[in-house]
Amino acid sequence: MSVRSTLVSEIEAITRDHDKAMPPLTDDLVLLDTPFDSLCFALLVARMEDLVGVDPFSTLEVADLPVTLGDLVALYERAAVAAAA
Amino acid sequence: MTLRDRLTRAGSLDGLFLSDRTARRSLPALIASQTRTDLTERLAGRAVLVATGGQMNAALAMLALDGLVGRMVLAPPGLTGEEAAQILATAEIDLCVTDAACPFRVALNGLPCVEATEAALAAPLPAPRPTEWVLATSGTTGAPKLVVHTLEGLAGGINVAATPEPGTVWSTFYDIRRYGGLQVFLRAILGPTPLVLSEADEPVRDYLVRVAEAGVTHILGTPSHWRLALMSTALDRLAPRYARLSGEIADQAILDQMRAAFPEARIAHAYASTEGGVGFTVEDGREGFPAGFVGARTGIEIVVREGTLQIRSQRTGRRYLGADAAALTDADGFVDSGDLVELRGARYHFLGRRSGIINVGGAKVQPEEVESILNSHPRVSMSRVRPRPNPILGAVVEAEIVLREDGGAPDDPAGLKQAIIAHCRPHLAKHKVPVSVKFVPALPISAGGKLLRGVS
Repeated sequence: MSVRSTLVSEIEAITRDHDKAMPPLTDDLVLLDTPFDSLCFALLVARMEDLVGVDPFSTLEVADLPVTLGDLVALYERAAVAAAA
Repeated sequence: MTLRDRLTRAGSLDGLFLSDRTARRSLPALIASQTRTDLTERLAGRAVLVATGGQMNAALAMLALDGLVGRMVLAPPGLTGEEAAQILATAEIDLCVTDAACPFRVALNGLPCVEATEAALAAPLPAPRPTEWVLATSGTTGAPKLVVHTLEGLAGGINVAATPEPGTVWSTFYDIRRYGGLQVFLRAILGPTPLVLSEADEPVRDYLVRVAEAGVTHILGTPSHWRLALMSTALDRLAPRYARLSGEIADQAILDQMRAAFPEARIAHAYASTEGGVGFTVEDGREGFPAGFVGARTGIEIVVREGTLQIRSQRTGRRYLGADAAALTDADGFVDSGDLVELRGARYHFLGRRSGIINVGGAKVQPEEVESILNSHPRVSMSRVRPRPNPILGAVVEAEIVLREDGGAPDDPAGLKQAIIAHCRPHLAKHKVPVSVKFVPALPISAGGKLLRGVS
């Protein structure tokens, strides 16, 4: 599975487990403006670490913080490439 | 002196308000509406559980009940019906102030209930009586520990003699029914200043927009709240004069990010707990705290014993509630915080909790509570729950599990892990449910038969 599809399917699983009604997961969606709360976000980061083997959040500067779902996908894709290199 | 007295003696209350996502309540109008003596009679001297869905009704209840009821227990957010039932018994509750949004209302069946919006109308007693304030915190057995405070103790860290800076408006990401958020509620009422309340399921952006529109100047959050806010597109609307962090260890990374985001603001991280009260506030922008904070100062004495912070002051809790509750302080009046610290040069740094307690974004998780649920799964022989570092919430919950031998090796390990996690969901608050499960062949046990924590 690609990083993107892993990320999307984990977001879907987490929102299902937590009974959150989400808008369509488009690239310009700002996750934090949806019912996807801090606990959901924390779960997502932990599960991605288990599945993809990277945690790009541990070393981020303010300027690099992801805002949209597209930013988040790009962040994980970069981290996965860096980890594989 | 009661909350209401302090507020009404402050002089003009013009322009003061309490607001949340749906309403803006005028404080002077609220005070003026406290006229119903029939409610005063119903509530006077009672042991009351404040069990509301949201914070606004809890705030209205606190304003009316302080000085009127004998005991006021604040039900924290995320409480389960089972925990509520335990609180009712331990605190000998004889009346509930509640609302339709209370998620465990069925657990209150059999007790007299007063709607919070109605309780808010109760007239004050002609001679107010001191009310016991009781806060709940996570206990090892799953039953919440109930910590008794006085209003004087709770407000002990607040400089009530000082007039707030003109234009001050407070807000808190943190729920006012927990110790850290309650400090902000009290700052606002005793200031007095307006206060903007957060709401549990509100997206960060909506909250930040609301806070900005209300002109909030002073704002409290846990490091986890702030990490999320820093990722929000609405962050640039916020221009606080004072940003405070508490409820979790503030590390250098979050302090640096806050400084970069709010170059003009005073940024403070506070050390406080339900049991130990407000310990101190650090404003130099660096993690940990100066070694000089240890020792006796006005109103508080801090010592480090066996690497653990201990606090003696009038701001600590008075005692735990319950017939067989442990002592809150030692014979000398010190509260053992359970927080491990280490001296590096001239500064102490926080290392985490001695008991293995897990801090998930400011909400405490006792490993034993989660383990007892895990162990009730038919395939689980024993389990150990520990913190897993997390960049969003500081830590999340992880479980190591030894499976029962009679079941053989699982056919579908991933499916069994999911099933074990699903088994926890109905019994535990969301932040207590393990994020991940590992199957291990054995767990370390002491000679005395106790599960060893902090050993791999």
